[in-house]
Amino acid sequence: MTRLVAQPIKKLWTGTLVPLMALGLLVSPAVMADVGSRIWATGGVTTIEGSAGGGLVPWAMLGSYASDEEWGGTLALSRAEVDDYSLAVTGAGLNWNNRVEVTIARQTLDLDSLVFTLKNGFGLEQDELNQDIFGVKVRLAGDVLYSPWGQWSAGVQHKRQRDFTVPNAIGARDDNGTDVYFSGSKVFFAAVFGRNLLVNGTLRGTRANQGGLLGFGGDLNNGYEIMAEAGVGVFINRQWLVGAEYRQKPDNLSFAREDDWWDMFIAWVPDRRLAVTAAFVNLGEIATLEDQQGIYLSLQGSF
Amino acid sequence: MGLRITKTTIAALLITTGLVLGGCQSLQHEPDNRLYMQLGERSGIADVVEDLLYLIVADERINHQFKGMNVAQFHRNLTDQLCELSGGPCTYTGREMRELHADMGVTATQFNALAENLILAMEKNRIPTAAQNQLIKRLLPMYPDIRHL
Repeated sequence: MTRLVAQPIKKLWTGTLVPLMALGLLVSPAVMADVGSRIWATGGVTTIEGSAGGGLVPWAMLGSYASDEEWGGTLALSRAEVDDYSLAVTGAGLNWNNRVEVTIARQTLDLDSLVFTLKNGFGLEQDELNQDIFGVKVRLAGDVLYSPWGQWSAGVQHKRQRDFTVPNAIGARDDNGTDVYFSGSKVFFAAVFGRNLLVNGTLRGTRANQGGLLGFGGDLNNGYEIMAEAGVGVFINRQWLVGAEYRQKPDNLSFAREDDWWDMFIAWVPDRRLAVTAAFVNLGEIATLEDQQGIYLSLQGSF
Repeated sequence: MGLRITKTTIAALLITTGLVLGGCQSLQHEPDNRLYMQLGERSGIADVVEDLLYLIVADERINHQFKGMNVAQFHRNLTDQLCELSGGPCTYTGREMRELHADMGVTATQFNALAENLILAMEKNRIPTAAQNQLIKRLLPMYPDIRHL
């Protein structure tokens, strides 16, 4: 009974009220301090894993607008609603001198329809999975706008399951894991009908099942594999970026197939303090439930 | 099935982008003054540079770098430089960029601040987005000289 009442209220809280309050804070003149000097939208937005990038793929750019003599920070709230799941992400990041980005994110996956599968098949009573992600990304060389060879960064994402019961039951080996990635990003000026084109490529070494939400390693494969990820976007102007992302995924569990992810996004960056991202996401099969498609929304504030 | 749609969609998108890119680049080979015209010729460029100067003076991040400069000469030189870069009938007669910035120690923050002010000045003068991007693209080779990299 408590759960029946608490759940919708919690959804409303995390889904609507918190973002509205955050938006209110962001646009209030009280926090109109300096927001860093990098050019608009070059901080990307906050991915579902907290690192700066698009929605699903980390890019080589570091979050916020801190340039080489500045500090910067970001706060983000994101939500993905696909057919049988919903994912909520709260993320925060700090950027020192556009050299090092430190991020933290909490993911909450509401299992919705999978609750019955788990109860009948495994005797498990669980309606959500939680994971914390601690990230560090270092800009190794270059500048995404000004260097002919683009910007290159390397990063790690250390992920810790908060409830390992379900991943354990379906065959995951570990409740924590560390992804390592290498990214290159470059903006080509006046490349598409006079518009600027952003291209990003990322290679990730990972053991994570569904990004870690279903644990790390499994019966089919328990070692690190290299996955390719990519993102392209076109700046319609300096406030609007439209593009797509692709993320290759491992397939470690015999319990259910794991598919690659992709999305098509549109981001609105009215000024440096605020970024709003909407996307169509296709997450493929997740824990036996096929063809998970839906909408992704993300709100990011920079300071 | 879902996987197939995935890869086809992305491949189609990447190929389209590639074609569009290739198409645009092949159009750019003819030498022309289209950008110069889009910027409003020399007088339009002079207006942008004037607004840029106002923004620089008000910008605490970079105004100290411009202290003691001859404003009229700076305005004329930068206008000529942008005019020439955009395909207009001007000749930049100022000093070479690397030599000019040798002792300034321009940081990335300061370079970004100037780039931001240039974009704002172009926006104020209603320069179309494509023309803004074209001009910045032609200015990019100066980045290592200005930053002294």
